[in-house]
Amino acid sequence: MRRTALICALLALSLAAAAGASEQKPTLAELERELICPTCQTTLELSNAPIAERMRSFIRARIAAGDTKSEIKAALVEQFGERVLAAPPKKGFNLLAWVLPLAGAALALGLLAFALVRWSRARPEAAEPAAASTNGGPPLDPELERRLDEELARYDG
Amino acid sequence: MARRAKLILQAAAVLVVALLVALLGWKVAEQEEGRGLSAALERGERPHPPPLTFETLDGDETISLADYRGKAVVLNFWASWCQPCKKEAPMLQETWERYRDEGLVVLGIDAQDFRQDARRFVERYELTYPIAYDGNGKSLGRFGNTGFPETWFVGRDGRLVGEHIIGEFDEEQLEENVQAALSTPTR
Repeated sequence: MRRTALICALLALSLAAAAGASEQKPTLAELERELICPTCQTTLELSNAPIAERMRSFIRARIAAGDTKSEIKAALVEQFGERVLAAPPKKGFNLLAWVLPLAGAALALGLLAFALVRWSRARPEAAEPAAASTNGGPPLDPELERRLDEELARYDG
Repeated sequence: MARRAKLILQAAAVLVVALLVALLGWKVAEQEEGRGLSAALERGERPHPPPLTFETLDGDETISLADYRGKAVVLNFWASWCQPCKKEAPMLQETWERYRDEGLVVLGIDAQDFRQDARRFVERYELTYPIAYDGNGKSLGRFGNTGFPETWFVGRDGRLVGEHIIGEFDEEQLEENVQAALSTPTR
């Protein structure tokens, strides 16, 4: 248990360190994945439009100047608006784009759990008559059972 | 209770779907508005351009087409990285100088571009006509533009006139459409 906790903590620390390094020293490749070419509406990495080339040279220059990832993105947002970001910022109205899928998934999980609980409660009640069966097969319909008893009685008689 | 909860959930789901459909409809209607302008001009109609306001390239003022009511306007969408725009710029400057006293305004709209690149472009081609900046290119969809350069002409009455020129124009085409815009009545 302690070992698992330790591994989790180390993993979280290494992920945080990687994210920090990426923020402080971004690469062109990762920014190309996180930005949209305004004329072709694809990520920069997929575009060879003139404006995409110009954006790459801008990013290279800003990386060389020591700008952080956030600073570079902010500079591009200032020029082209928020639509230049591949993922919407986690604030204001855009927060909905992040919250809604999570809320939807949580709601779906909740509904699934609710349905499973109801289903598992309903099942033993429905299965109770099965206890009456002695040969392990499904229980007989009471009407059928009554008719069977009558036939057997007639046969015996 | 369970029945009530079910009804509430169903109503919420219907509401979400209705909202998404409304959002889609609004987006499609906005795009159709732009496509419709070009088609209307081709049919010989004279629609009003979208009522847009832009910031100037220097960012210190705003420009609206309504500001030019009573004047003929050449509305040229360009970007500094666009090759044909480099050929058009001197022709537009010359047209502006020649007809400004007759009531013509050339309005350049620099879109999807770096502001500093646009400023360099303006300096290089010594452009003195008004330039608006639309970095995120919102106006392009409202006009139904699909690339650069594209040029529209607005008459003195504030309605579109002449051709919607997609791509690079030649001198003759520019002159013809400028005359069409200048010859429109004020009202």
